[in-house]
Amino acid sequence: MAKVLLRDLNKTYDGVHAVKDVNLEIRDREFVVLVGPSGCGKTTTLRMVAGLEEISSGEISIDGRVVNDLAPMDRDIAMVFQNYALYPHMSVYDNMAFGLRMRKFDKPEVESRVRRSAEILGIQALLERKPRQLSGGQRQRVALGRAIVRNPRVFLFDEPLSNLDAALRVQMRVELKRLHDRLETTAIYVTHDQVEAMTLGDRVVVMKDGVVQQEGEPLELYGRPVNRFVASFIGSPAMNFAEVSIAEAGGALWAETGGLRVKVPPAKAEALRRHAGRHVVLGVRPEALRIAGGADSAEYAFDSVVEVVEPLGNEILLDVRAGANAMVARVDPATRVKVHEKVRLAFDPERLHFFDPGSGAAI
Amino acid sequence: MIEGAKWKKWLWFYLPMGMFILGLLFPFYWMAVTTVRPDRELYRPWNHPLYSPFWTTHPTFDHIKNLLQETLFDRWMWNTMLIALAATLISLLCGVIGGYALARLRFRWAGLLGTAIFVTYLVPQTLLFIPLADIIRDYHIGDTPWALILTYPTFLIPFCTWLMMGYFKTIPKELEECARIDGATRWQAMLYIVFPIAVPGILSAGIFAFTLSWNEFIYALVFLSSPEQKTVPVGVVSELIRGDVFFWGPLMAGALIGSIPVAIVYSFFVEYYVAGVTGSVKG
Repeated sequence: MAKVLLRDLNKTYDGVHAVKDVNLEIRDREFVVLVGPSGCGKTTTLRMVAGLEEISSGEISIDGRVVNDLAPMDRDIAMVFQNYALYPHMSVYDNMAFGLRMRKFDKPEVESRVRRSAEILGIQALLERKPRQLSGGQRQRVALGRAIVRNPRVFLFDEPLSNLDAALRVQMRVELKRLHDRLETTAIYVTHDQVEAMTLGDRVVVMKDGVVQQEGEPLELYGRPVNRFVASFIGSPAMNFAEVSIAEAGGALWAETGGLRVKVPPAKAEALRRHAGRHVVLGVRPEALRIAGGADSAEYAFDSVVEVVEPLGNEILLDVRAGANAMVARVDPATRVKVHEKVRLAFDPERLHFFDPGSGAAI
Repeated sequence: MIEGAKWKKWLWFYLPMGMFILGLLFPFYWMAVTTVRPDRELYRPWNHPLYSPFWTTHPTFDHIKNLLQETLFDRWMWNTMLIALAATLISLLCGVIGGYALARLRFRWAGLLGTAIFVTYLVPQTLLFIPLADIIRDYHIGDTPWALILTYPTFLIPFCTWLMMGYFKTIPKELEECARIDGATRWQAMLYIVFPIAVPGILSAGIFAFTLSWNEFIYALVFLSSPEQKTVPVGVVSELIRGDVFFWGPLMAGALIGSIPVAIVYSFFVEYYVAGVTGSVKG
């Protein structure tokens, strides 16, 4: 159990500025997920916390103690790697016992700890096997077992699920969450998969180009993205974007583009008034769109043509075109629409987002 | 299997394969036949009524007896074994540590150093023995086993270093990182994790080094002079070819017996050897 503090953390190597001024406070027992596209600096940040990567500038402290110059072994952390990094020449038991033996635990203690961890993960039957005799999911469990057996202050996960097939990934995701609830150890988890980030994290940190874009609880990121990047990265299918111009007419603001004319909701009107006569980016999530009914105001509806229908069972995704704008709408599975058909879509005015076209920042 | 494919497999696979094996094994067969062929069949065979070039009807062990009793062959075997083992051990030790450093540590000029080591391997021994002879004279180790034990590593270390460097690069570095987080120092991670995994690579480097030193000729010829210090390749050639007289029987017996240790080493470690050269670590 520990608090991890990252202050003005920077990393440059070979002239690349991989991590830029990262400030992060990870509370005791918290599960924090770093997420972003590849090359965004999330893994480098994690490796700096682990002590595998030197810190160019800034400070990392665990429980108030600066660990910048501590060797990995002295930081009392455990890490699970993407390729599991099981020692191929050792049995599962020896793999799990290695860290304890290195730390000079006596034999009965090693034995009892390994057995207990194996029990938690349900791998008691595998203890005598070699890693090559295990399936992907089993290897993953052994890698987890090796981490929890030492009862470290912080868990570090580096894309631990990305080598598993889709079904197993979902299952292990749930198990990881359950494990964290049970062990209550501070955890930092790196992934490029936003679904993993949203489901696992108490808090999610979105990174891009070495810079933290936004940090917050999953639904906060989803509902109030601070910029266009976070808005497009979180959520699947991704948010729809359309470049619109803001015009004032009849005392209200209107967002217009070819084939699309919607009223700016009163809540946003104040902020958008400064942009009148200019272009902004309108963002609307697929689930904020629905087939318009009689009760829907014409101010928040538009006509479109269906281009692709993707029936997924629990929902239907409609790829539509409104003028020059391609959009995806997530609609009720009972909806009966065909390709090339015209549909009128309405959206929830509360769930419209506007972004500055230059900086991408939310308006 | 389709009928037509059968003869095709014979034609394109078994036939060339058979010819290849035949070509490779023929020198050994010739060595064995000559070893047991009596002298009267070896010299002026046209006088012999039942002469056949590819086998003999009167096998004899005279040549082997002659080799063991009339020459210092047992001494040469012992010398060769000692020198090959010592040179191999020294080269392996340096090669493994050097290969690890080149594969893993990030330091200035690491790439350049790796290339430089490789280039030294390319310097032909026929050039290198001249300056080396000078050094050996200065250190007064000429005509002792040390002359070879200390000079063989000049070509074995670059070779072992490169082979080990390649092998270490196939071992995921996460294994070491994980060990270091688990509480091992860099040395412990090397000792407990990397080296045990690298055993196939170390063995194949060792086999190669052993074979190269066992067969080495030119340094042994130049740096050793007294008959009792010689190694098998030099001893056999220098003592069994006198002037223009070739003692073919003992010569071939020496070659045959001399190749046995290498054959044994290979056959024992062939699986490691293949794994080492193809370099495969399964996680």
